[in-house]
Amino acid sequence: MPKLNLAIYWAAACGGCDVAILDLDEKILNVAEAANIVLWPIAMDYKYQDLSLLPKDSIDVCLFNGAVRNSEQKELAEILRERSRVMVAFGSCACFGGIPGLANFSNREGILKRVYKTSPTTVNHEGILPQAETAVPEGTLTLPAFMNRVYTLNQVVDVDYYLPGCPPPPDLIWTAVEAIVSGNLPPKGSVIAGTKSLCDTCQRVKEQKNLKGFVRPHEIIPDPEKCLLEQGLVCCGPATRDGCGHRCIKANMPCRGCFGPTGNIHDQGAKLVSALTSILQATTKEEARQAAETIVDAAGTFYRFGLPDALLQRVKRREQA
Amino acid sequence: MTGSFEPKIVGILCNWCSYAGADLAGTSRLKYPANIHIVRVMCSGRVDPTFVLKAFELGADGVLVSGCRPGDCHYVDGNYKTMRRTPLLENLLRQMGVEPARFRQVWVSASQGEIFARIVEEMVKDLKEIGPYMRQGGEDLA
Amino acid sequence: MKRITIDPITRLEGHGKIEVFLDDAGNVAKAYLQIPELRGFEKFCEGRAAEEMPRIVPRICGVCPEAHHLASAKALDSLWQVDPPPAAKKLRELFYCAHFIHSHIAHFYALAAPDFVVGPGADKSQRNILGVVAKVGLETGTQVIKHRSYAQKIQAMIGGKATHPVCGLPGGMSKPLSEEERKHIEAMAMSCVDFAKESLQIFEDVVLKNNEYVKLILSEMYQLAPYSMGLVDGNNRVNFYDGLVRVVDQKGQEVAKFASHQYPDFIAEHVESWSYLKFPYLKNPGWKGIMEDAESGILWVGPLGRLNAAEGMATPMAQKAYEKMYGALGGKPSRATLAFHWARLVELLYAAERMLELSQDPEITSTDIRRLPTAIPREGFGIVEAPRGTLYHHYQTNEQGILEKVNIVVATAHNYAAMNISVDKAAKGLVKNGELNQQALNMIEMAFRAYDPCFGCATHTMPGSLPVDIKIYNSQGEPWINLPW
Repeated sequence: MPKLNLAIYWAAACGGCDVAILDLDEKILNVAEAANIVLWPIAMDYKYQDLSLLPKDSIDVCLFNGAVRNSEQKELAEILRERSRVMVAFGSCACFGGIPGLANFSNREGILKRVYKTSPTTVNHEGILPQAETAVPEGTLTLPAFMNRVYTLNQVVDVDYYLPGCPPPPDLIWTAVEAIVSGNLPPKGSVIAGTKSLCDTCQRVKEQKNLKGFVRPHEIIPDPEKCLLEQGLVCCGPATRDGCGHRCIKANMPCRGCFGPTGNIHDQGAKLVSALTSILQATTKEEARQAAETIVDAAGTFYRFGLPDALLQRVKRREQA
Repeated sequence: MTGSFEPKIVGILCNWCSYAGADLAGTSRLKYPANIHIVRVMCSGRVDPTFVLKAFELGADGVLVSGCRPGDCHYVDGNYKTMRRTPLLENLLRQMGVEPARFRQVWVSASQGEIFARIVEEMVKDLKEIGPYMRQGGEDLA
Repeated sequence: MKRITIDPITRLEGHGKIEVFLDDAGNVAKAYLQIPELRGFEKFCEGRAAEEMPRIVPRICGVCPEAHHLASAKALDSLWQVDPPPAAKKLRELFYCAHFIHSHIAHFYALAAPDFVVGPGADKSQRNILGVVAKVGLETGTQVIKHRSYAQKIQAMIGGKATHPVCGLPGGMSKPLSEEERKHIEAMAMSCVDFAKESLQIFEDVVLKNNEYVKLILSEMYQLAPYSMGLVDGNNRVNFYDGLVRVVDQKGQEVAKFASHQYPDFIAEHVESWSYLKFPYLKNPGWKGIMEDAESGILWVGPLGRLNAAEGMATPMAQKAYEKMYGALGGKPSRATLAFHWARLVELLYAAERMLELSQDPEITSTDIRRLPTAIPREGFGIVEAPRGTLYHHYQTNEQGILEKVNIVVATAHNYAAMNISVDKAAKGLVKNGELNQQALNMIEMAFRAYDPCFGCATHTMPGSLPVDIKIYNSQGEPWINLPW
């Protein structure tokens, strides 16, 4: 069997997805055996010109991690899409925007101002901001343009598969690798993870949910056996896809939704509004209002990993629209 | 600008009280703006917050959810579900950059045609003032 | 003026590129290290609940998420004025030692070793981890994978996840360590100690016994004399998790020692329009430009910065290795950029020894690992040593603990000015009269690679995937030569 041409590229990401691939440990050698890696994250723009020369469909699979935050990443996503037969959104940032997507609460101007002008350690009397072009005595230095908002991969190019998680766990990565190598691929658009919600598969004891309001993780020491929601902690389990191996919950910390919503949920935040308020006791408007106030950062919690993918933020690609 | 802008409002009304109230406004020949597009559901408790977000996503400038008054629910406590949901949904919308005037949740009984007409009038007036709904965070030309 | 573009070179909260400008004679006029990426955590963390920060900020860097996690957890301890129980602090430190082991192994073997073990001028297809394995044997290669994997397992056991842990909270940790887990960690820690010793032995055999390499390490183009900064314990010994920040000058004299909340008095950041990364510097003497001068507040952090800033190591074998290193380098502080690699291995041994000590501490399995905060939050500071250097987190909140202002000065950034100088010096030493070859270009890269600028472990691990494509443009900016790298 001929070796597959595999490309791994990273955009606005932290590198955790790459480390997750390394966490395949000795299996990484099997990947190297089955695939010819034509691009690895670090190799990205210096292969930029070479990449442009590659013919259409010459990459069998592209694992794309990271959200799209600047002009260079957008361009690279387009170039890679054109040359790849299969495009996989790898990790929560590529799938839903991830943590960098929280930047959509602000915009380009707000971010630049805080980082380069008002942060307490910054000394910048001239008000210098990074520029697309800077003339230095020896020539001109260039930088990519910082965009106004963060995009998910499928808002920029067509995506074939989604592998969520922050980062994706090695067992799911291996499932994906095996599917790719064997050519036994699921239907286009499939999410390579569970189909149920995290709550459905959670092993914690669930009794009765009846709350006056919620508590924050630093305010209580939760019982390690009981449902965290019943103990008053906001847990995103009801609206989050299963497949992570319950890693956070086993560490006695509530879910923050990195696997994104299950297939039948249109919006993770809306689903959580519905799920969390359904366990409240409130019988008056005032009680309901007080209970809602105990969730201190609703949007930042419910869309922790998916703000650019939220219904109110979702941007359609031109060809989709 | 505000003069020419006609806001689009999606009104999601429960079958038993609020829709009947809106109907009464009509049969009573009360005048209210035609900016509202009404969707009838069996109970306000059925209004998944997704419906509200979806309405904005599809271009609504405002969303009105209306149910039976507390105690009057045809399904006993469906509207209590609505009542518990509303404040959290309002908080979420505010953080997502949706101004408070764009979303209202009210109680209208079958006999309150006049109140219904007044609520719609108020909402249209408020929305004309703040203008069309724009997504948070700015856009890129690309 | 001709230019050479090395794009990208790095992974430093993203990417990096080097622009080398040549004068008409073909000599280097100036080299720049640019960082073309920004994500803006300082802004979008505003409005978040402070206690969520240890689970948000790890995404600054997936290679050193534990550093951000713990700097953040410590900032929350300070914000809510709550002191975690001793067992929680030990558990955090144990967890953090495992992190150093993972990070230092990945950097040394996957990134640095190819330059030394295989050779700076070796064929590009060999200059990667597989080439290293071919040289040192499959047995060692297997050991590398195994011990990095041990370190990841230990982090996952304590932190919930190896990458992006969730265990840190104001006042302690979310989950205690079971006796079964402790035993498992103890066994792995023992093995890590042996592995760290072997790694130092490999360094000695391959690098120190090769005169060419020793000459290279001591050569002028790889020397730099900035200030050095790092956390130290009460005896001025290196500590990764806690202590005071100590700064020494070019002669090794202490010029500053401060606690986390005092950092704005000592550290400032400069902005240039040609990079998204800011340039932190020592406030006294201040910013004088990117230049090597005692009057310029340019800093070294990371392994060599830490060892320079301290007076020793807190574990016996690491202390010996420390003494041996400075003996061979001709005293303290060392100016040899390439000695960062050596310092990294001394730290690997310290991390393994310390991890073993902690895994045998009777208190480590205590279930008393949380104190619930009661104070009203306002402002908090947290500092740890990330594998790549001193990391500062600073939060201001309202009375509900909702973040109003966030400032983060990351480890790699402290080295940014120094890296620029190192790259410029190496380029000037290596590119002469327009003569250019692959070895020279790789050796320019070696100048920043020593710093481990958050350069992912992945970089050189795969055959066929190579780190740089060199483009040389003429003065009109048109392509002149294209060396596939």
